[in-house]
Amino acid sequence: MSEHISFRGITKRFPVKDGRSRSDFTAVEAIDLDIDRGEFVVLVGPSGCGKSTLLDLLGGLTAPSDGEIVLDGTPVTGPGLDRGIVFQQYALLPWRTALGNVEFGLEATGVPRRERTERAQEFLDLVGLTGFEQRHPHELSGGMRQRVAIARSLAYDPAVLLMDEPFAALDAQTRESLQDELLRIWERTGKTIVFITHSIDEAVYLGQRVAVLTSRPGRIKQIVRIDLGDRAGQPDLRSSPDFARYRHQIWDLLRDEVSRAQQQEKEVVGA
Amino acid sequence: MSAPTRTTTSAGTSTTTAPPSTNPGTRRETPSEQPPPFPGGVPLASLSAEAAAGHDVRPVVDGSEGCGQTGPLSTGTVAAEGEKPQPAIAAAAAQNTTNDPARAIPTQPSANSVSMAATTTRKREDQRGQATGRAGRLSRQVGAALATVSTKVAAILVLLAVWETAPRLGLVDATFLPPFSEVGAAWLELVGNGQLLSNAEASLVRSFSGFGLAVLIAVPLGLLIGWYRPVANLLGPLLEVFRNTAALALLPVFVLLLGIGETSKITIVLYACTWPILLNTITAVRTVDPTLLRLARSMDVTGFRLFQKVILPASVPTVFTGVRLAGAVSILVLVAAEMVGAKAGLGYLINASQYNFAIPQMYAGIITISAIGVTFNQILVALERRFTSWRVPVGA
Repeated sequence: MSEHISFRGITKRFPVKDGRSRSDFTAVEAIDLDIDRGEFVVLVGPSGCGKSTLLDLLGGLTAPSDGEIVLDGTPVTGPGLDRGIVFQQYALLPWRTALGNVEFGLEATGVPRRERTERAQEFLDLVGLTGFEQRHPHELSGGMRQRVAIARSLAYDPAVLLMDEPFAALDAQTRESLQDELLRIWERTGKTIVFITHSIDEAVYLGQRVAVLTSRPGRIKQIVRIDLGDRAGQPDLRSSPDFARYRHQIWDLLRDEVSRAQQQEKEVVGA
Repeated sequence: MSAPTRTTTSAGTSTTTAPPSTNPGTRRETPSEQPPPFPGGVPLASLSAEAAAGHDVRPVVDGSEGCGQTGPLSTGTVAAEGEKPQPAIAAAAAQNTTNDPARAIPTQPSANSVSMAATTTRKREDQRGQATGRAGRLSRQVGAALATVSTKVAAILVLLAVWETAPRLGLVDATFLPPFSEVGAAWLELVGNGQLLSNAEASLVRSFSGFGLAVLIAVPLGLLIGWYRPVANLLGPLLEVFRNTAALALLPVFVLLLGIGETSKITIVLYACTWPILLNTITAVRTVDPTLLRLARSMDVTGFRLFQKVILPASVPTVFTGVRLAGAVSILVLVAAEMVGAKAGLGYLINASQYNFAIPQMYAGIITISAIGVTFNQILVALERRFTSWRVPVGA
């Protein structure tokens, strides 16, 4: 299996205006990461470590200051429908129904109208929202909204699904059921998923590999391969000893980074 | 429609093991509506004084024969020659009273009918909202609707009662504030002789023309200014100057340039209505949820498609706020303009009545204007609801 996505020496600096002096703020630095086709990779790190910046870069929403991201042999230069982003804030069009929102992505690809509705319906069924097609986002719960967003991103059939803390705004029960759902969808569709989170549990539960990032500027501290066997076969995976071991390992890796990030935050506020 | 479990988005309930992080879960969800600065208050008193001071205001209140009963001072009313309504018109006017909004409550004493018209609209809305229920619940719902309506009507009824009794008890001078029943009688009379209709028609034509033109001009312009930075930079200062110039301050200019005919009145309404719509449209475009723009960008939706599929629909609620404000402005400014120099219109009717000391007629004109204002606003609110039904209901 050749690498599918490849971050090569990615650095992203933002110019910041600090009073009169102008300086550069380095969000991420020298990121090297290869992702295989169909792999589920989780990026985890303290807040402000540039996780979302990495995702924006991969999504083509911003351009790196140094290095390049190669997707299937071609460098990423802008947004494209070969990558679907799922945002934390759902980003649903409030004036459209669930079905209309899923169709939105298909309209961009130029799928004929009739086929659009069929495809949208199919993907709403996939995320378990049969019967909610005509609901508007404000009539759906947070979990349902995120399901719609996932269906929308899947419907236009991108090779990669980029997820930016998609479950962070949900309550614990909803989050767990959506995590299971996501794993099921991933297994069924075989998409490559790049998932960002600040939750260690979520990272261990979902990822085949978990990339732990350092605090600002974000670098890859370590990549942990998670091998929990057949996830679906175990009724309570989260309390298994293996799960605890992985969780502790990542927690350990993150501990210093978190305290350093907090220190940095204090400095920023104090300055 | 029963909403499914509406979970509030409180994030991070299981943060025991997660590294502490600031939670980005609480984002602004609906753009805050900022009503734009209101263009210019209207110094009605000074305007009418100015009109009385020597502008070309021909006192024409031809229903003066009927005014005899309103009070001793109404003998001062001047009947103008040649302004008597033709019989045919009068008959038509009489027929037209049946088209009055007040027809919905035929048993109601006509004196109250004007103010009732407003509440009828509301009542209909309430009922429409609940009419979708099953037949079994219908009677209970009608009862509830009636209760709501009666609550809403209560304050207006109290106002009318005070209006009726205060002059009769001598608390206020009945000459300057005649009891409501007298005003009602004068109103009916104005309807009967066709004056009210012709004046209201004149006002409405001006008002709607100006308002309609303002919508046609300001919405596209606002979209352009809101979206294209260079256009905003170019036109920004100019807009700033114009919108801070009270519309009525420009009335003399309009009159000088366009005469005292319809053109100047429609133009000033157009001018005054433009600002609320324009500013709200600009705000609407600028406050489109940034995550939606990010979404569109991530899907490579740009240019006209972005405009059509994201920006335009997202702007509708805020644009409508501007349109609704403009609706109120259109009547406000028009009435003021009609008080300064006009030969017809409700503003003219009010001003001329006051000038001729036909006080009940003056109040009748005022009531008509407020009824028109309320109706117009209700229509716009209903339209707004229709176009923005997808929005999260306020307070839900």
